[in-house]
Amino acid sequence: MRIKLQFQTLAAILIASLLTVSTARAELDIVITQGTARVAPIAVVPFGWTGNAVAPMDISGVINADLARSGRFGPIPEADMLQKPSAGGDVDFDDWSILGVEVVIIGRLSQTAENGFSLQFQVFDVFRRTQILGYRMTTTRGSMREAAHRAADMIFEKLTGIPGVFATKIAYITATGKGSARQYSLIVSDADGENERTVMESREPIMSPSWSPDSRKLAYVSFEGGQSAIFVQTLRTGNRIKVSGLPGINGAPSFSPDGDKLALTLGGADGNPDIHVLDLRSRELVRLTTSRAIDTEGSWSPDGKEIYFTSDRSGGPQVYKVSVNGGKAARVTFEGSYNARPRLSPDGKKVAMVHNDRGNYRIAVMDLDTRNLLVLTNGALDESPSFAANGDTLIYATKRGASGVLATVSVDGQIHQRLASGAGEVREPVWSSFPLN
Amino acid sequence: MKLNRLLVVLMAGILLAACQPKNTLPNPDVNDTVPGSGSESGSSSGMDGSGSFSGSEIADDSFGDQAALDSMIIYFDFDKADLRAEYGEIIAAHAARLANDPTLRMRLEGHADERGSREYNIGLGERRSQAIRRILLLQGAAADQISTVSFGEERPAAFGSDEESMKLNRRVEIKYLN
Repeated sequence: MRIKLQFQTLAAILIASLLTVSTARAELDIVITQGTARVAPIAVVPFGWTGNAVAPMDISGVINADLARSGRFGPIPEADMLQKPSAGGDVDFDDWSILGVEVVIIGRLSQTAENGFSLQFQVFDVFRRTQILGYRMTTTRGSMREAAHRAADMIFEKLTGIPGVFATKIAYITATGKGSARQYSLIVSDADGENERTVMESREPIMSPSWSPDSRKLAYVSFEGGQSAIFVQTLRTGNRIKVSGLPGINGAPSFSPDGDKLALTLGGADGNPDIHVLDLRSRELVRLTTSRAIDTEGSWSPDGKEIYFTSDRSGGPQVYKVSVNGGKAARVTFEGSYNARPRLSPDGKKVAMVHNDRGNYRIAVMDLDTRNLLVLTNGALDESPSFAANGDTLIYATKRGASGVLATVSVDGQIHQRLASGAGEVREPVWSSFPLN
Repeated sequence: MKLNRLLVVLMAGILLAACQPKNTLPNPDVNDTVPGSGSESGSSSGMDGSGSFSGSEIADDSFGDQAALDSMIIYFDFDKADLRAEYGEIIAAHAARLANDPTLRMRLEGHADERGSREYNIGLGERRSQAIRRILLLQGAAADQISTVSFGEERPAAFGSDEESMKLNRRVEIKYLN
């Protein structure tokens, strides 16, 4: 059994690498770099198709890739399948038992109108010989990939108890070229790196993207005028508003959980960076910190009552927190000489940060109750951790050779993936919240 | 040329020494190191016993020394904004130039190496620009002549993760806007 599992893990990696080739056009291709101890063998049977010509999209391929990429499931190759049913009544559990498969996923895409489709899928537990999930959704050509990701999210949640994040998005910054040819871009893609769109580009640096809680807007820093300024851009329309362009530093924007406010860093002409909160409707600006140190990288607690931030008021950078009503800041991190860029987990129980681990800059997560700090990554220059909406995984920026790439790690440090980049340096990934229904 | 340089160093020492009693520099390290280099140079010129240089010559050369004024980049130690002793002469020359021509405008662009988080590095780059700005102000430049901006680690001078590249990236670039 053990040998078989290892073989299937290998098979999963082979599938993953085949998928990498087939999606070579995408800017980000995802490769599992380190797996978990337990990879459940599953089968995603190629979905049936009812309609004219050929199916407009390989739905089961997308689901297969999502589940394989999670690091928790090892889909068997199609060539090993003894049957390929697309209706529940045709599933022969003995055929799947022999292969050691624990879960079988089948489905069918049917055309119902010129641009109307019905996607149905069923999930079977091979041991118990029962259906554990069955669902039908309607979709269109333009939303078919998202429908496939949402199906994968539902299957993932049913099998693991953790909501899937395959239908979420990531935003990140790329930098290409050198000297006068330097170009900075703000890009949004699906969580699997597909479907990427450039939403802003500039010859001057772009930094610090932050999603609004409804995933419809991005706040970011742009140096396009030679000085830093903070913009809020609506993704659908491309319209944007300059919300802060004061003398000195305008940096580190972060949306409040209700989306009405922005935490940001303002330095002023004399260059003393402090945490401020800007009310996006009334334009009222409140200064929360006044120390002479660098106070920056504000991040909201999920209840909206506190802001965690980086400060070097004690010498080196450490994580502090302050009430949104002001008052005295409290130090949060004490382990190590460098802890910066805090990000709170969606349940508010953990804080992720950049941590200096014996001279290496790595991603660490601290449990706010126990104060235990766990170093999750093993790079030398890892930065910019961002939690997935389910709190199960972090995305961050790391180095591969001389170029900056993105990677993900599960919060227990067990599953590592790299998102290989096609062009230039990729950095500052931020994960959106769950899609709206 | 060598003598000219010596005179500029001496001049810088005088300028620094002159501003010393009435102002306390905010950063103790800057306080310690910069005047130190000045007085060292001063004493070595004294040993030469060169009485052949007139006062006016010093004044002229102090504004015209291209070697010091051509130096437009100040480098820093890791996670530090303290001015290293070797740059006292250069800062003094730029301060004198600004003081001598109030119409001049200067921008100080602060940078950091790539280690650590990006927005913290923006703060660090700004702290470096402000450290230079404060010294220039103490040495006679006017506040409205100098603006600052920090690019953190976003605009590296050297593309590499080795110590040599990072050394080149921890810097303030002096830019005259007119």
